[in-house]
Amino acid sequence: MDLSSINPVLLVASLMVAATPILLAAIGELVVEKAGVLNLGVEGMMITGAICGFALAVETGSPLVGFVSAAIGGALLSLLFVILTQYALANQVASGLALTLFGLGFSALLGQDYVGLKPPATPRLDIPVLSDLPVVGPILFSHDPVLYLGIALTAAVWAVLKFTRVGLVLRAVGENHDAAHALGYKVVRIRVLAIMFGGACAGLGGAYISLIRVPQWTEGMTAGVGWIALALVVFASWKPWRALLGAYLFGGVTVMQLNLQAAGVAIPVEYLAMSPYLITIVVLVILSADKSSAPASLGRIFHASN
Amino acid sequence: MIRVEKRPQPSQFWSAATPVVAVLATMVAGGLLFAVLGKDPLLAIKTIFWDPLFGEFSFYYRPQLLIKGAPLILIAIGLSLGFRAGIWNIGAEGQYIIGALVGAGIGLAFYPLEAWYIFPLMVLGGAFGGWAWGMIPAVLKVRFGTNEILVSLMLVYVAEQFLASMALGLMRNPDGMGFPGSRNLQQYGSAYNAELIAGSGMHWGVLSAFLAVIFAYILLNRHMLGYHIRLTGEAPRAARFAGVNPARLILFCLGTSGALAGLAGLFEVAGPAGQVTIDFNVGYGFTAIIVAFLGRLHPIGILLAGFLMALTYIGGEIAQSQLGLPAAAIQVFQGMLLFFLLAFDLLTNFRIRLARGEVA
Repeated sequence: MDLSSINPVLLVASLMVAATPILLAAIGELVVEKAGVLNLGVEGMMITGAICGFALAVETGSPLVGFVSAAIGGALLSLLFVILTQYALANQVASGLALTLFGLGFSALLGQDYVGLKPPATPRLDIPVLSDLPVVGPILFSHDPVLYLGIALTAAVWAVLKFTRVGLVLRAVGENHDAAHALGYKVVRIRVLAIMFGGACAGLGGAYISLIRVPQWTEGMTAGVGWIALALVVFASWKPWRALLGAYLFGGVTVMQLNLQAAGVAIPVEYLAMSPYLITIVVLVILSADKSSAPASLGRIFHASN
Repeated sequence: MIRVEKRPQPSQFWSAATPVVAVLATMVAGGLLFAVLGKDPLLAIKTIFWDPLFGEFSFYYRPQLLIKGAPLILIAIGLSLGFRAGIWNIGAEGQYIIGALVGAGIGLAFYPLEAWYIFPLMVLGGAFGGWAWGMIPAVLKVRFGTNEILVSLMLVYVAEQFLASMALGLMRNPDGMGFPGSRNLQQYGSAYNAELIAGSGMHWGVLSAFLAVIFAYILLNRHMLGYHIRLTGEAPRAARFAGVNPARLILFCLGTSGALAGLAGLFEVAGPAGQVTIDFNVGYGFTAIIVAFLGRLHPIGILLAGFLMALTYIGGEIAQSQLGLPAAAIQVFQGMLLFFLLAFDLLTNFRIRLARGEVA
């Protein structure tokens, strides 16, 4: 075992990369849940985004096109959830599961011809002096643009929810949809938009895995990241900045266990690979005592005649 | 203008008709999907739904129906109890794996001893393993209020890693010349879950599945606990006033569904699969969720839905080899089924009215 082979600067830099897909998906889901909808289909939307982004990036040679189409793909898939829960008034838990099961199969079908290919590389930020600084450079100034987009999105969602009228209406719909409806807000329309935003974010997160983090396409490659993102929303008590913190924590655990594997620690690989999931459970246990911050209408079906 | 009106009572007719309509709609949508993939849609549908039952080689495929249907039914029966009460165990795949590992572990520990009591012990071990794995989310939910959906699902990934470690480490066949995977239980008489009647596909797991259907039917219709489960799902407030103990219900539902999933895993690993390998589990735990909903969470419905889903597995394999239909297409097909089912369920609880636009 050689722990000195782990470079702390590279560790932090790769931690941020590992955290980004979780962060993107979690921020999207946070908005969805703030609007009072529980979408358990994050995993399905992520994996669909992963293959949509991968396929179009390979076909066009442009990672940008890949990311945009991943967001569109995720949002389109979330429309199925919209139809089920907002118009057919189906149970949200069951519909979310359906979305995940369907997304996993659908992505495998789309991705058959893309196994083993290499996607075009996403250019990294390269600012002449800043990116070459010893410690700060690799950590802050030489990542890919999507990583910064994730952080910017966190800030934007925080600001919109806290300071704007749109955010206030969204929260009102999530807290009490009957009251919001009585005030004349279009509950269903607002929720549809929130769900599509969540789908687009999950799609982006998925494409980040297939285009930057791995970068490759394999079936079921999201391996539960979507579910971890769902847990992260609970962890964050529906607060954007805490979601960022949580994502970095999980990213840290993932990167740390990979580094320990590489360093040849005496713990078998399988037990190290379990650790992100086990830590998710532990965190859920610690934080689930306080449910007060959950949106009050979360998971409830809205029907205007009631 | 289409208006959706809540029915005072769920429609009995639509409750029974929804699954049939959903299956038909899935066939149409699936046919379109197959056409897009460049296959003849009618031929593909016929290959999936007709050939396994009445085709040239149906004598081979019919027993497969029992072999593939039994684990689905066994798991789905357990899940349906919880789903009815709003307790969401979606980690059956993990309970299935752990049940199989505990059961197979007991069998392998006795190797090469031949004795009548080994297989019964393995069955108990399988049920216990699944039960214990299901009790983790149950206890955490009762004690700390942790979300059982996320915990049970996370435990699937933990179980998969644990399976990998067992198949490559502790349970690896010492005579296997370094290949991963355990000894083949099919070649170990006392541990083999053999067919009860040769060539029929009928093994102990199938028998257990039928027993589970009967047990669940009696529980839900004739027993106080079953009544409490139904009451909690249909009228949670009334259930609280009636003195239903939610903690007991959670422990019972998650424990039972875990034990049944564990049993399904044990019967699979000791029978049709034979070996503990990294990927002996093929996702029955997740497909069983579809089976539970398709069967309307009703034991008899689940029995029928389980066989239907087994049919899509078998027919899917035939279509794969004969028509070159990709395996993932069948997965999409099964996912679509759940979509249509949930969508058409609207008709059970609501009435669709065509109405002129009116001023509110």
